[in-house]
Amino acid sequence: MDAKDILGLPKTPLSVPPEKKSQPKKDSQRKPDGISREVYALTGGLAPLMPSIDSSYLKKRPPSDEKITWQWLPFTNSARKDTLQLYHWVRVVNGVPPTGDYSFAKYNKSIEVTKYTDEEYAQHLTDPSWTKQETDQLFDLCEQFDLRFVIIADRFPSSRTMEELKDRYYSVCRSILLARASSPADVSGHPLVKENYNASQEKERKRALSMVLSQTKQQEKKDAEVLAEAKKIAESRMAAKGVEESVMPATENEFPETTIDHNTLVSLSNVRLAPVAAPPSTLVIADTSSTLASLRMLPVYLRTYALEQMVQQASSSAGLRTIKRVEQTLQDLGINLKPRVPTKAVCAEHLELRKEILTLLNLQKQLQYKEAEGSSLREGTTYSEMPGTPKRQVRDHDRTFIPDAMSFGGERGGRKDPKRKGPGRVSETPSSPANKRPRKMKASDL
Amino acid sequence: MTNSSSPKRNEQDQPETSGPVLKSLKTKLSKPEDAEKKIVGKKLKDVEISVPIVYGNIAFWLGKKANEYQSHKWTVYVRGATNEDTSGVIKKVVFQLHSSFNNPTRVVESPPFELSEQGWGEFEIAITLHFHSDVCEKPLSLYHQLKLYPEDESTSLSIKKPVVVESYDELVFPEPSESFLARVQNHPAVSVPRLPVGFTLPTPAEDPSERKRVDTKDHPLTQWFTNFSEADELLQLAAARQQVQTHIAKLRRQITVIEGQQQQLKPSSDQ
Repeated sequence: MDAKDILGLPKTPLSVPPEKKSQPKKDSQRKPDGISREVYALTGGLAPLMPSIDSSYLKKRPPSDEKITWQWLPFTNSARKDTLQLYHWVRVVNGVPPTGDYSFAKYNKSIEVTKYTDEEYAQHLTDPSWTKQETDQLFDLCEQFDLRFVIIADRFPSSRTMEELKDRYYSVCRSILLARASSPADVSGHPLVKENYNASQEKERKRALSMVLSQTKQQEKKDAEVLAEAKKIAESRMAAKGVEESVMPATENEFPETTIDHNTLVSLSNVRLAPVAAPPSTLVIADTSSTLASLRMLPVYLRTYALEQMVQQASSSAGLRTIKRVEQTLQDLGINLKPRVPTKAVCAEHLELRKEILTLLNLQKQLQYKEAEGSSLREGTTYSEMPGTPKRQVRDHDRTFIPDAMSFGGERGGRKDPKRKGPGRVSETPSSPANKRPRKMKASDL
Repeated sequence: MTNSSSPKRNEQDQPETSGPVLKSLKTKLSKPEDAEKKIVGKKLKDVEISVPIVYGNIAFWLGKKANEYQSHKWTVYVRGATNEDTSGVIKKVVFQLHSSFNNPTRVVESPPFELSEQGWGEFEIAITLHFHSDVCEKPLSLYHQLKLYPEDESTSLSIKKPVVVESYDELVFPEPSESFLARVQNHPAVSVPRLPVGFTLPTPAEDPSERKRVDTKDHPLTQWFTNFSEADELLQLAAARQQVQTHIAKLRRQITVIEGQQQQLKPSSDQ
């Protein structure tokens, strides 16, 4: 029964009676014809896209006029060099065995490895770093292993790198080819002549490839970042070029390289939350100059367009969420995202304000990190030692940032009062670091 | 308002603004003049001309008796920010209307650069400014969404009060040609920064045809124009910056305090 299932033959009608009852049920569920339910289920319950065997083919009976027998007969294989006689089943039709070579003999292909005579070796192929014996060994292995250099390099008696072996092999072949050719023009089309094997280049290529493969994720990210920046710069330059079809002065070409470095440095320093000091700001100014330069390439532009470009450049190091927070802060301060009267002075002020807000947000984040560090440090020491006041103050500030900023005078005085009670409430604060973190999260999601 | 002198003052008084940075970068980037001069007239570096303009539309409702498809009479225009004549800069303006209009591409070749039509629908109009050849070779496009109906849906339509939507912007010419500069030296519609010391321009020829400008100040729609003043905006921005800077200083102090505390803690935790 099971064998029939595997072969895919339909169940015989002589099935055991208990199965008969369940068979009608199976019939209704059975999708395919010709193969049984279990086999069909093996395919995952879905019919294959291309039927491997047409179900009708299975039911086809061989043509009745032919008489088919199967016989155990000997055969010869032209691919074999010895005279080994093997036997196999042969489908004999009407008493006539099939003719022709063994059907798999045609697959016995081999690579033609050039052979040189000793004279030719003496004439063309001598090389200071290779003895004749080594070269002969190399060629033997090449023929034996069908130019599979990995194996050849492994089996080569003296230790030679794969590049050296390849180099020797290809240069020998090339020299022989040139020597045997009746004229150089004949063989100039041959790939060996056209593109010679370059061992040093191959070494470099393989080294570079292994470096790329073994790159860490961080390295990949950095590279992607740099490439994206370069693409953006190139595109903006393309846009400027398309408008103004003048030849770019040489110094402009220096910008891509320098600005790429500056960009990566800027993004790195933002990631590390370095305090805003002179170095990052000069780098930012360098980026500004590239945007300015591309603007100056245009014969005319709108002030609003210029502001957009500068804002984009300034926010290039910030993520989308940070940009949204900057815009939210602007709105809370009552400033339009796009100035209503964009004169030169107004645009400059607007840009500076945006940059300052970015700085502010970065500082807030930095403060949060510091607090987190501080709380993890304090877990090691006795908690009551440290009054919770500094943290309380900071937390309150975070929570009440926006309303605090909106009202300069009166309310601030009012808010200070709860803080004065701070030291008395030490017992409240150390609930757990875990408690604080969710609150901080809320504060930061302004 | 035109502000040829105020940006300069800002640059000198407040080194924090990007003004002086821009200016010093410009001087650093300037190359020997001869290499940069174009064949068509000379272009000047370190001088940038900005022309403040206002563009927008005014729409009047024609009342209940008006045709359903001609319910509004609207005018789309480009004008100098102070209603001064811009014909010295702009040669012609092309308004691209909705395809449902007859001849949707309308060209206006003389000031006032405006177009009036009747219709019922709001759509985006592409306004292309073509400049005189010594000003700029390439045209510049602006986009304006035609507005006929008031923002506040509850206000009823009135025949007398039009719906006005205007946008302020400035045309910036970073490398103006000498002839352009000479022409607009004393033009009220154009703001030209103070020229570098020792720079002299040829005095512009008194061209009678240029002097004959259409007095745009007498335009019938002038009464509806918005007066764009940068002073309010500057005040707002300055106040906001002040707040942000105060906050930044506060945060910095807090960070140093915490860092100090952490320094103290470290030796104690090692114990």
